[in-house]
Amino acid sequence: MSTAATPNYELIQQDGLETNLLEVSMGPHHPSTHGVFRMDVKLDGETVVDLRPVFGYLHRNHEKLAENMSYLSSMPFTDRLDYFNSMTNNWAYALAAEKLIEVEVPERAEYLRVIMAELTRLVNHVSLVGFFINDLGALGTPLLYAFREREKILDLFEQASGARMMCNYFRFGGLRNDVPEGWLERAAKVVDHFPSFLDEYEQLLCENEIILSRTQGVGNLPRELAISAGVTGPMLRASGVAYDLRKVDQYGIYDRFKFRVPYTDGDTGDCYDRFMIRMLEMRESIEILKQALAGIPEGEIMGNAPRVFKPKPAESYGRIEGPKGELGFYLIADGTPKPYRYRVRPPSLINLTVLRDMCLGGKIADAVIILGSIDIVLGEVDR
Amino acid sequence: MSELSHEPVLQQFPDAEWDEAAGAVIVPLGQARTMAEWLLGQGVDYCSNVTGVDYLEREVKEKITNDAGEMETVTRTEPARIDVVYHLYSMQNKTGPLVLKQRTSRDNAEAESLTPVWRSCDLQEREVFDLFGVNFKGHPDQRRILMWDEFEGHPMRKDYTEPFDYEWEPTPHNEILEKHQKGKVIV
Amino acid sequence: MRILGGGIFKGMAVTLRNFVGSYLNKKERLHTNDYSWRADGALPQSIGDYPKEKGEQLSDTTTVTEYSRNFPMLLHDGGEPMDTVRCVACQICERECPPQCIYIEKDYDENGKYIKRPAVFDIDVSVCMSCQICVEVCPFDAIVMNSQFELSTPNRFGGLLVRRDDLLKSNDYYHKIHPEEAASRDQKMAVEKAAKEAKKKAAAEKAKAAAEKKAAETAKEEAK
Repeated sequence: MSTAATPNYELIQQDGLETNLLEVSMGPHHPSTHGVFRMDVKLDGETVVDLRPVFGYLHRNHEKLAENMSYLSSMPFTDRLDYFNSMTNNWAYALAAEKLIEVEVPERAEYLRVIMAELTRLVNHVSLVGFFINDLGALGTPLLYAFREREKILDLFEQASGARMMCNYFRFGGLRNDVPEGWLERAAKVVDHFPSFLDEYEQLLCENEIILSRTQGVGNLPRELAISAGVTGPMLRASGVAYDLRKVDQYGIYDRFKFRVPYTDGDTGDCYDRFMIRMLEMRESIEILKQALAGIPEGEIMGNAPRVFKPKPAESYGRIEGPKGELGFYLIADGTPKPYRYRVRPPSLINLTVLRDMCLGGKIADAVIILGSIDIVLGEVDR
Repeated sequence: MSELSHEPVLQQFPDAEWDEAAGAVIVPLGQARTMAEWLLGQGVDYCSNVTGVDYLEREVKEKITNDAGEMETVTRTEPARIDVVYHLYSMQNKTGPLVLKQRTSRDNAEAESLTPVWRSCDLQEREVFDLFGVNFKGHPDQRRILMWDEFEGHPMRKDYTEPFDYEWEPTPHNEILEKHQKGKVIV
Repeated sequence: MRILGGGIFKGMAVTLRNFVGSYLNKKERLHTNDYSWRADGALPQSIGDYPKEKGEQLSDTTTVTEYSRNFPMLLHDGGEPMDTVRCVACQICERECPPQCIYIEKDYDENGKYIKRPAVFDIDVSVCMSCQICVEVCPFDAIVMNSQFELSTPNRFGGLLVRRDDLLKSNDYYHKIHPEEAASRDQKMAVEKAAKEAKKKAAAEKAKAAAEKKAAETAKEEAK
């Protein structure tokens, strides 16, 4: 077995009866495993003794496909990695590729990129909170309230790029097309309504005794383990580390916006911390959106990237703060129009490293909640 | 964000090389674990990305000045190898990245596992084992992760050919696949 | 003092507000999508708007937006489609297409010379993912996105492969469904054509000037 934290349970033998461990495969077809994800758990009664995640059911070998296609042609495939947040996936890939050639992204394109990324963050966090509460048993009500807001934002995406989810909007050096007339006013209207929706949502959920008792104390992740295991994103910040790539790397024009980074004050984080961090991050995203929508200049959308994208032999690693964690793209170019090596650093996969440590010793119902709070999307885990 | 300099690494480990074109430190054989533990002591506590890269044997043309002082083109063969690339950052000091590369041959690919030092290499090294075939010494749980357990072969290698799939149903667009496989369409 | 269960009651108050509000305040609680930017403020929803003839589309195929895309189409400039088709069968869209759903064969005349038309241009609906890469890489503005989405057919084994003649649509139709984009494309093509004409004229003038100079030189040689 691996050298994980020692679990705090005891196998109790009653009156000389031999007890066997029950092996359950919470198999790929399961409504609460967020996709085709399998967990093989060994149970002693209801306590989890061992847990082994199995994935690969959605493996499409995206990395090898990209070696046979030009750089532009793999942009639509990056939409389909983490299919909830297609805009941020596109941005991470565009960032990595723009490091290979010298191209300047115009001001208006940078502002629009930030607007799209923060709208994507709102979409992701609001769906995640909805699905998380859904896993707890609140079948549908918070989820569909969240999806009401998500629909408005998806309509904005469709007006800008032509598709709701698989946007394919970013290009090397800018964006594909400018937003239509009136889009900025509509986006401002959606953003203005969002805080009152968040207030209502918090009133619905955050003092609910059932949620409090089922998520507090469940899934403790200590800070050292989180840093060593490479966990990033809201999960890391819930364990007490203030590491946000928008403040550390300052890619794009994030250094112009004033916003705070919520993180817990302490050494460990549990599921309730992760849930509340995401609610707070949504409020900070709204701040960024208000500043960006107010300050966006007129101008052109596309810098002068070469028509055929043929970078000189070089390597680059471009990373952004995606809604789920650090999404990175590692590209090795060798002078031909196709990349030599194309690698996606998936935040969902690396956050799953600590699933076993968090679930051991708890009940099996808690394993479902802990998986929900890690926020995985199988398209990214398996690529 | 400030850079994590590679100079202290080269001072501490004189056998290490610095690859200027790639911006990476080539780890000498057998010293990967000690180098990683030393780096952890220096505050490099976050391993962000572990990748494998496959290079077949190929000829490289270089322009060098020969003894007579002229520029001439020299061809040399680079041997086949597999690189395992690590991107390291420091969360305490908010610096990075530092790139390490472990080189190994393609036939008997072995590398040292850095999982006891940084836990995030756990699943990623399993993926490099699964898709490239590199055996990591000291990995606590090395088995296939994305392909199923009975799968044979390592898909991300450059010379991997797919086995004959008798279940594949022909669709109207398989002529394009044949045309591209025959190499008729040139990029 | 805190009642046990107080949080749950607060949450239920929110649910009740939404429930009652969906009868009284329909605009905010029930309808969420904002179609105020369309001419009539709503999508065509009544049964009467649905086309009655086979092959006829919904009368308003800019279903949601200017940029909405579903499936590609080949453009021709009016009249007999194959006479004015813009595609020259350069096969760039075929090799750039990410799922490789386009299949093109060039057209040759009776002598075996390549004429600039496609003989076969098939796109597989079941494979195409509407990513628009073919539109972006085409150097002749010959393939653009159509928003027609009723492409289902009961024929399983060949019905989803759309052939060249079904893909050809006129430029006027493109103006009808995506007016801004079509106008900007036409303008770009006109600018490029004018630039090409100007360059050709400049080259012709230069050649004439060179020929005159040469004639003058030979005349001078003979005179000497």
